[in-house]
Amino acid sequence: MSEINVILMQMVTGVSLGSLYVLLAIGLSLIFGMLTVVNFAHGAYFMVGAYAGVYTYTLTGNFWVSLVATPLVAGALGLLAARLLIRPLYGRGIDYPLLLTFGLSYVMIDTIRALFGIEGLPTSTPAALRGAVNIGIGHFPLYRLFLVAVTAAIVVVLWLFIEKTRYGLIIRAGVRNPEIVRVLGVDISRIWLLVFGLGCAIAGLSGALIAPIRAVTPEMGISVLVESFVVTVVGGMGSLPGAVTAGLLVGIVYSMTSLYAPDLAELSIFVLMAIVLLVRPQGFFGRAGLMA
Amino acid sequence: MSSIDITDVVSPRGAPQGSRTVLQRSMEFITRHRVAAVIALLVLLPWLVPYEALAVNILIFGLFAVGFNLLFGYTGLLSFGHAALFGSGSYGAGIAIVHFGWPWWLAIPAGVTLASLVGLVIGYLAIRSRGIYFSMVTLALAQCVYFAFYKAGRYTGGEDGLRGITVDVINVFGWRLDFLHPTTKYFVLLVFVAAALWFISRVLASPFGAVIEGIRENERRAAACGYDVAATKLIAFVISAAVCGLAGTLRALHLSTVPIESLHYLTSGHVVMMSLLGGMGTFFGPFVGAAFVLLIEEFATNFTKYWQLLVGLVFVVFVLFFPRGIWGSILHWLGRR
Repeated sequence: MSEINVILMQMVTGVSLGSLYVLLAIGLSLIFGMLTVVNFAHGAYFMVGAYAGVYTYTLTGNFWVSLVATPLVAGALGLLAARLLIRPLYGRGIDYPLLLTFGLSYVMIDTIRALFGIEGLPTSTPAALRGAVNIGIGHFPLYRLFLVAVTAAIVVVLWLFIEKTRYGLIIRAGVRNPEIVRVLGVDISRIWLLVFGLGCAIAGLSGALIAPIRAVTPEMGISVLVESFVVTVVGGMGSLPGAVTAGLLVGIVYSMTSLYAPDLAELSIFVLMAIVLLVRPQGFFGRAGLMA
Repeated sequence: MSSIDITDVVSPRGAPQGSRTVLQRSMEFITRHRVAAVIALLVLLPWLVPYEALAVNILIFGLFAVGFNLLFGYTGLLSFGHAALFGSGSYGAGIAIVHFGWPWWLAIPAGVTLASLVGLVIGYLAIRSRGIYFSMVTLALAQCVYFAFYKAGRYTGGEDGLRGITVDVINVFGWRLDFLHPTTKYFVLLVFVAAALWFISRVLASPFGAVIEGIRENERRAAACGYDVAATKLIAFVISAAVCGLAGTLRALHLSTVPIESLHYLTSGHVVMMSLLGGMGTFFGPFVGAAFVLLIEEFATNFTKYWQLLVGLVFVVFVLFFPRGIWGSILHWLGRR
């Protein structure tokens, strides 16, 4: 394989890694844009999604069923948390929901440990998605291509939902000015609940999607949470195009660094974040002063 | 974030003495002599808890939480990256002793200096991002520090942590103290903690202390009054880093190793929990919180593997119903009567 093909292959690997970041950052951004809540339990929902996915997959033997069931489970758990725990904190300062979701992540991680053990679950790639395909520059694992395709599909559907439907209109208006939306007779707190549930559902789905190619352990959400924060800071909080661009960029930076300097791969994404903070503190697509 | 301080407890000047209870007056006394009161309690601590190792932990994590609270409780900045400062204090002191053969009394300033430098970099970057980004950026940069120390295995021991920080005898002007004796060790560490508490109390009582509380209450107004908000925040961050770094160096001397977990996200989370449970923005709160969390862990591990579940639940309940924390709630309750 020629040098240029190696680089191109690594780029594709970066895009497939980045698609995971895109999904996580979208959920995080959606929740923040709407509720101004930084969901520190996002990684925990991702982890619960991975467990739910593996569990339903082994139970039913059907990968597709698990992909449908997981977002429902994670979304329901998200709704529950939003209704019982986050709703009482509306209007009490931005740090409280953050602290609460942080405590919630402890509870979720240890509950999973109690239910499934501390060892983690064995996983397997569904038969239909095993193997590699020739993409012109070399053979690439089919499952990773599938990941990219699913992410693209989710992004498009979400974009259509937000831009083209009545509910999307209410969500966009709610981000701009919740007071006016309420005055117009919309029960905005119900929309907030749904958006929180939707964000958690996407986090759970990304957990189920990543399960076949990553170790499924109770702690798997912690590093993912940090990485999705990096993506959000780079892309700009509350921005869908920001989440997509930054997610892919972070994935590509990570995989290119691991090609040339494997020891620095983990550090590279933080260096990227530091540069963005120095040059453009609000992120690529963030509005200046939004969070002031 | 509402503050609970002396003003909540002291009744208005000129109010008749008789209108205050004995309890309130003794609280006033404690609040006025807050450093002495905390030190008096810490002197008794080894006899109040089941064993001395726990007392040393409460001492060290209490100081860590005091340093964190300067930023969270008083300046209103919620950092999720303080493990990086605590950990670099530990590693700074440990590396000075293990690799450079420095004496313990030089290792402590070395650790504090390293922690302050790390704090300067993290603080500078994190303060550029406003509001809610702060927690996310500090968390991410702390993770970066974790990886950096993890990869620098030649100096830090990598995954195994840094071992062999042996300090057995402490020589104070010819007076030899046995540092391996638990009680002696506790009181040697207490000297440093007491000095740090006095320093923090001075900072809080200074005009600078008033400015950081002003920033917490209303950042725009502080800026409009002519204060350089960014610079003030950065100074507060570095002071906080130095105190947390000192707590880290003391831990390195206490454990004679530095586990890599000192830099972990969960260590940052730990200190957040301690500060909130104890009472953010109060002088005693961090020690109360550190003692509370460590005691829960101590007792919970006796009957369950899943103590984090318990700690998490307690924390969630406090965020929902007692956001002032234990000590803050006591102060509030006394002040209202």
